Amino acid sequence: MAHESTYKPGNALSKWFDDRLPVLRLMHDQFGVFPMPRNLNYLWTFGGILTFFLVVQVLSGVVLAMHYVPHESMAFASVEHIMRDVNWGWLLRYMHANGGSMFFLAVYLHIIRGMYYGSYKAPREILWILGVFIFLAMMATAFMGYSLVWGQMSFWAVTVITNLFSSLDAIWSGLGTAIVEWIWGGFAVGNPTLNRLYSLHYLLPFVIFGLVLLHIWALHVPGSNNPTGIEIKTKSDSISFHPYYTVKDGFAMSAFIVLFAFFIFYAPNFLSHPDNYIEADPLVTPPHIVPEWYFLPFYAILRAIPDKLLGVIALFASILLLLFIPWLDTSKVKSARYRPIYKWFFALFVISGLVLGYLGAKAPEGWYLIVGRIATAYYFLHLLVIMPVVGWIEKPTAMPGSITESVLGKGAGGGTPKGAAAAPERR
Amino acid sequence: MAAKTIEPTRRDFMTITAGAFAAVGAAASLWPFIDQMNPDASALSLASIEVDLAPVQEGQAITVMWRGKPVFIRHRTAEEIEKAKAVSLSELPDPEARNMNLEAGAPANDINRVKDKNEKWLVLIGICTHLGCIPKGQGIADVKGEYGGWFCPCHGSHYDTAGRIRKGPAPRNLDVPPFNFLSETKIKIG
Ligand code: HEM
Ligand code: FES
Repeated sequence: MAHESTYKPGNALSKWFDDRLPVLRLMHDQFGVFPMPRNLNYLWTFGGILTFFLVVQVLSGVVLAMHYVPHESMAFASVEHIMRDVNWGWLLRYMHANGGSMFFLAVYLHIIRGMYYGSYKAPREILWILGVFIFLAMMATAFMGYSLVWGQMSFWAVTVITNLFSSLDAIWSGLGTAIVEWIWGGFAVGNPTLNRLYSLHYLLPFVIFGLVLLHIWALHVPGSNNPTGIEIKTKSDSISFHPYYTVKDGFAMSAFIVLFAFFIFYAPNFLSHPDNYIEADPLVTPPHIVPEWYFLPFYAILRAIPDKLLGVIALFASILLLLFIPWLDTSKVKSARYRPIYKWFFALFVISGLVLGYLGAKAPEGWYLIVGRIATAYYFLHLLVIMPVVGWIEKPTAMPGSITESVLGKGAGGGTPKGAAAAPERR
Repeated sequence: MAAKTIEPTRRDFMTITAGAFAAVGAAASLWPFIDQMNPDASALSLASIEVDLAPVQEGQAITVMWRGKPVFIRHRTAEEIEKAKAVSLSELPDPEARNMNLEAGAPANDINRVKDKNEKWLVLIGICTHLGCIPKGQGIADVKGEYGGWFCPCHGSHYDTAGRIRKGPAPRNLDVPPFNFLSETKIKIG
């Protein structure tokens, strides 16, 4: 929301500073008095949690990098050295490895929140698209980070995933092979591959950081969406970011950190695969190659399709299609709360994602394969057909007149809500 | 905007030359940044190896590394050769020989899968043509799949005793690398 700045420097020094670099003004306007819908639920706390985990990954990553050696003959041993010899190395590595998982858990909930409440619709399309870019960059970063351990799963995940590009040979003979050898820097996954993955694993989080800044910028132009999908109209619809949401975000973050700590201290390897504690061996493929849990739904889509090239296309399409949902969804109503038909289809969409995640870890045979194909079909059907068609035919249920009305009931109108006497009236 | 044509000024000239210079310069300096990732001189220099076949008994197989890839060398038994010869081209999902010693597109008869009609020795790049796993079948005790050659555990591809794909998601036969017989019992790969 573009509005007048209300920042007032408290003393001569901050005034002097503000005239030269108004960052305190920016913080005050964007994270202090910034008007937020008064009715946000806990699903709105994942943005803060995601920012927290980006910081966790960068801090733990930078210190791991002080001990890690990106060389094919030393990488695995250096990770073991971190685990056994480096002071607190085990903690730093478990923070980084489980931090990646927590990061993805939060981003999935954040995305599902946005889809359910229609946060991708006008005027938030750019905000949504930046979010999809962040998701893609996160996937690339995590994939490269996992390869650095140079265990059996790391090595064979890199082999199988980079080989996906060889499917382009079916379009133009030799093209796919040329791309794959370019990615490898050799004729197989090896030392040059490990080195470049390390370089990019260090770089990409900072690209993500830049994207996050743009994402928040794009958020602060229209302001946050909310469970009703109705925009802020009057002063009574909003409360200031601080203290109301700094506290709520802080509380949710603490709860999430308890979960994070549980994994670090009680189940540090629960989310990873034991085969990654065996050093990479280019001559022996493990019997079951499974990616990290957060990639399983997409791996299941890849394997549901019998043709190599089409499987790869479906894999990429399943993510890139998300870029277009602001236009695929034709409903004028944002929040699925008021969409009696779409609500159920959306539940099915989430279920199909969970089913695909389950199947991604199973061998693609028999029933698993059939169910995997049905879930894949539904995933695409939902985005390409159900979203536009239901938007046309559905009759939304009655909506409250405003955010305030949805909280306080009809006729509550403006005025200061009870129990919010401290709401700043400074705007 | 002005409807009549105006003489180009010195500034127009400078804008166009500077713009063209920047565009060509940027495009030209992009290439080193991209090409540096391609296999480098040291990777290319590993390009050929010699292998002594004398110790490999009939029915045995060995794996050697060439260009960072495993190469399967199998001393085939008469029975395995017969089995591979008995297959007609129409039964093969990939009817091409994929033999880098022959012209592209040669049919995948057993004789085209070996070098110099020397059917005893089958030399293959041991990488599944699906997504790059190493098929099982080199060890005596390994599972060799339904066609007695190799079996890829990753997504279930079966190869026969001539290394041809018979069943499963792999699109192509195992590749035969370029090699020469230096003597009866010695080959040079690459
Ligand atoms: C978006 C943020 C990041 C994500 C999602 C991420 C993810 C990962 C993952 C999943 C692993 C494998 C962990 C394991 O199984 O052991 C890893 C390893 C690693 N990462 Fe990151 N990372 C991020 C940022 C960074 C940064 C900024 C650095 C700084 C250089 C870094 C340095 C490393 C190093 C050295 C390793 C190998 C050591 C190890 O396995 O613990 N990471 N990363
Ligand atoms: S890599 Fe061999 S079957 Fe997929």
